[in-house]
Amino acid sequence: MTEKHKLTVRSLRKTYGPVVALTDASLDLEEGEFLTLLGPSGSGKTTMLMIIAGLIQPDSGEVSIDGKLATYAPPFKRDIGMVFQNYALFPHMTVRENIAFPLRMRRVPDARIADEVKRVLDIVRLPQVADRLPRQLSGGQQQRIALARCMVYRPSIILMDEPLGALDKKLRDEMQLEIKNLHTELGITVLYVTHDQEEAMIMSDRICLMNDARIEQLGTPADLYFKPRSVFAASFLGESNLIDVTVAGTEGGRTAMRTADGTTLRAPLAAVPAGAAAKMMVRPERLHVLGPTDRADNVIEGALDQVIMVGGVTKYYVKLKGDRTVSATQLTQGPVGGIERGAKVRLGWAADSTVVLPT
Amino acid sequence: MTAAAASAFARPRRSWGRFLPLLPVLVFLGFLFLYPVGQLLWLSVVEKGSGDLTAAHYARLLAVPVYSKVLLITFETSAWCTLFCVLGGYPVAYLLATTGDKWRNNLMLLVLLPFWTSFLVRTFAWIVLLGRNGAINKWLQALGITDAPLGLIYNFAGVMVGMTHALMPLAIISMVSVMENIDANLPRAASTLGARGGQAFFRIYFPLSLPGVAAGGLLTFITAIGFFITPALLGGRQQIMITQVIIEQVQDLMNWSFGGAVSMLLLVSALFVFWLYDRALGMSTLAGGSPASQVGDRGTWLSRGFAWVGDLATAAIGRACDLAAVAWETVFPQRPDKPPVKIARGVLWATALSVVAFLAVPTFFIIPVSFTTEGFIQWPPKFFSWRWYDTVFESPTWIAAIVRSLTVATLSAGVAMLIGTPAAFFLSRQSMIGKTAMLGVILSPLIIPRIIIAVALFYFYAKLGLIGTNLGLILGHAVLAVPYVVVTVMAVLKNYDERLDQAASSLGANRWRTLWHVTFPLIRAGLIAAFIFAFVTSLDELTIALFVSGGLVTTLPKQMWDDALLKVSPTLAAVSTLLLIFVTFMILAAEYLRRRAVHK
Repeated sequence: MTEKHKLTVRSLRKTYGPVVALTDASLDLEEGEFLTLLGPSGSGKTTMLMIIAGLIQPDSGEVSIDGKLATYAPPFKRDIGMVFQNYALFPHMTVRENIAFPLRMRRVPDARIADEVKRVLDIVRLPQVADRLPRQLSGGQQQRIALARCMVYRPSIILMDEPLGALDKKLRDEMQLEIKNLHTELGITVLYVTHDQEEAMIMSDRICLMNDARIEQLGTPADLYFKPRSVFAASFLGESNLIDVTVAGTEGGRTAMRTADGTTLRAPLAAVPAGAAAKMMVRPERLHVLGPTDRADNVIEGALDQVIMVGGVTKYYVKLKGDRTVSATQLTQGPVGGIERGAKVRLGWAADSTVVLPT
Repeated sequence: MTAAAASAFARPRRSWGRFLPLLPVLVFLGFLFLYPVGQLLWLSVVEKGSGDLTAAHYARLLAVPVYSKVLLITFETSAWCTLFCVLGGYPVAYLLATTGDKWRNNLMLLVLLPFWTSFLVRTFAWIVLLGRNGAINKWLQALGITDAPLGLIYNFAGVMVGMTHALMPLAIISMVSVMENIDANLPRAASTLGARGGQAFFRIYFPLSLPGVAAGGLLTFITAIGFFITPALLGGRQQIMITQVIIEQVQDLMNWSFGGAVSMLLLVSALFVFWLYDRALGMSTLAGGSPASQVGDRGTWLSRGFAWVGDLATAAIGRACDLAAVAWETVFPQRPDKPPVKIARGVLWATALSVVAFLAVPTFFIIPVSFTTEGFIQWPPKFFSWRWYDTVFESPTWIAAIVRSLTVATLSAGVAMLIGTPAAFFLSRQSMIGKTAMLGVILSPLIIPRIIIAVALFYFYAKLGLIGTNLGLILGHAVLAVPYVVVTVMAVLKNYDERLDQAASSLGANRWRTLWHVTFPLIRAGLIAAFIFAFVTSLDELTIALFVSGGLVTTLPKQMWDDALLKVSPTLAAVSTLLLIFVTFMILAAEYLRRRAVHK
């Protein structure tokens, strides 16, 4: 075997009758890493998490935790912690009893239980609620207690299933940073599930993007953002402009493409054969509105459709020939004006910012 | 447009008008339920003539050893029955609450069918099964296990089998309603936190399901202490219950006032049990709420005591299961590379399905017996003859009873719908102080032993000259049917999107047109289901019919009862089969409509 991973998942597959919930899923999780399973609902991310937790059994494939095979081991033998979306705090137990529960299950002596409960309550900054019942706490507090209950027995991996889904926007932003800080300070290993791409970008060391029961792409947030490998990845994370092109061939160490109206565009060398249909992707903030004399690697022309000032940035929507609209995002320089709707504009961008995607 | 017209909208609408939908149900239950029962209670504590308060009736009751003995038997029998119902029902309820929808609905139907099948029919079925010449004795002898027939009925065991069979669906339904609200993630969370199956169940699931067990137990117990059909037909001289004494006093000995005092004793006992329950767990748990000990207040001493003992017990049982599981795994180690065999789940299924079979299967034994050629009931029946059906249809008494029962059931269900539906609308849509108490009053005819309502109505009707009239029967049955209507219609309305009404009203429909063109068409199936439940309640009703008919007129159950007291004959089997098929059809139709209404 190679080096020891915290978690190794190999070729997992799970079906429900004719429905494939997860297939061909493999990944490794390193010690201290924060990995997020990101995807729309039905993409298989929760199925994968549940299989790793031992709450669902896969049809085939393998799961190892801390180098030990655990594919079909029951959850209580896996040394994992799990935070559920609705927190799953035991309603008939006080906060103290909830946090003590995993320790009692491990037959930790009472005196040490008391110390440990105090320790984690201090970590989540809620030492005053020990004797309350879960329902007497706010949503954010319940969330922190669920986290504390999970951390108290120092599991190898903490799994989190959309833990912030039930909170309102402001509280969610706070908790994202708080979980991130806990992760950094305590060095815990986290496998996190969310459908919110922004949340995934903020919190993760790596993101495992899932779609249609498969892993679409696995990499750092920067990888996924700047080098998406599919149309799905490009459009799920952040905004993107996609233009249909035909690959023309290689030109001076770059891949050249032609749009429907004959414009030539260039991108870094891509492994797409000449003559193949493809999509060209460029992020809106990479597009510039060119002045009459400005030059750029790639230039397209169109008619200005909308200009929208969104605080710090201003968005320009430009209609190309064939009714395709692209958007360009620029930092707001001052009150918008000068260009009229319907005016001809030229948009330009660097070949390095261009990504060629197979269709 | 004038100042007057403008001012009509300047103020909030008058507030008392909104209580109007509650008026019919309050007047109806006030006159036909609360007042008669209150009067009965009053009579039992005042001196005849002088009108002074006295405990003499009760003192006399307790002074005669026979009555205190009967009361003791009643409590003992009911307690055992409750225990069996809860123990047997728990696995079924647990399975129903934790299995997928498809299985759940069909299993639930198998539990509900016996619940709605006539107590009389089900008791006859047990006679067919357990009698000296019954199926079980014949099989035992055929297999050579026994030489002579065993005495399976006319003793405590017979009563217990019959009553458990009769009441277990009630216990199951009460428990399921609480278990359904237990978050399925909690046991999962427990297992990720390190709890084995046994620990997760006894420390987490079981304590959370206890309110359901308590509610189911309470309803079973209260219903059981009012039982008389099963002990009379399946019990011996040692199993006489208090309701039988009341019937004897009132019907045979014409000793009304003493019968009244006995029924008051029953009511007081029932209320005492409720009081005890309230002390220990709080009444709100009956409606699916959480016990007081979970809401955060300290609760009463009794509830704290319960909680303490309960914690210790569940912790101990959880630990014991743990040790057993560890021992098991030492002998049969579980491999991480093979899917585990789910033994516990298998055992649960096997247990639950056996219990469901116990509930669903026996009733059908009545069917073959009705086609026998012989003049008595024995197993196996000698086939094949329609003569018992001919007897029924040629008998003016049976025909009259059937016709009267159908008429009374239709009309009383109609009355209950007219009274219950507005109340259900009000209770599910409006807020008011004391809503739970109001619901409690409306549901109380279901909870209070039926014999008390029967005796109370008897007193009340005697003064109004309603004894032996169809009107008296219809109103009496409507008292029992109203709670079913309210509950069913409320359940349907819970799933109804009120914004549809708001949309209709914003589009210009007034309140009545909204009801007529939007609400009713959408909940029609639910309303029909409510009607059918009310109809079946009346069709199967014996207790009130026994008293209110005054021996002058007869309904189908009353005719069956009178016949059965003489002899359980193939004629009864034929009537039972007809009734069984009819009611099964009605309930399946109601269930079908209810599902459609809920899933729309």
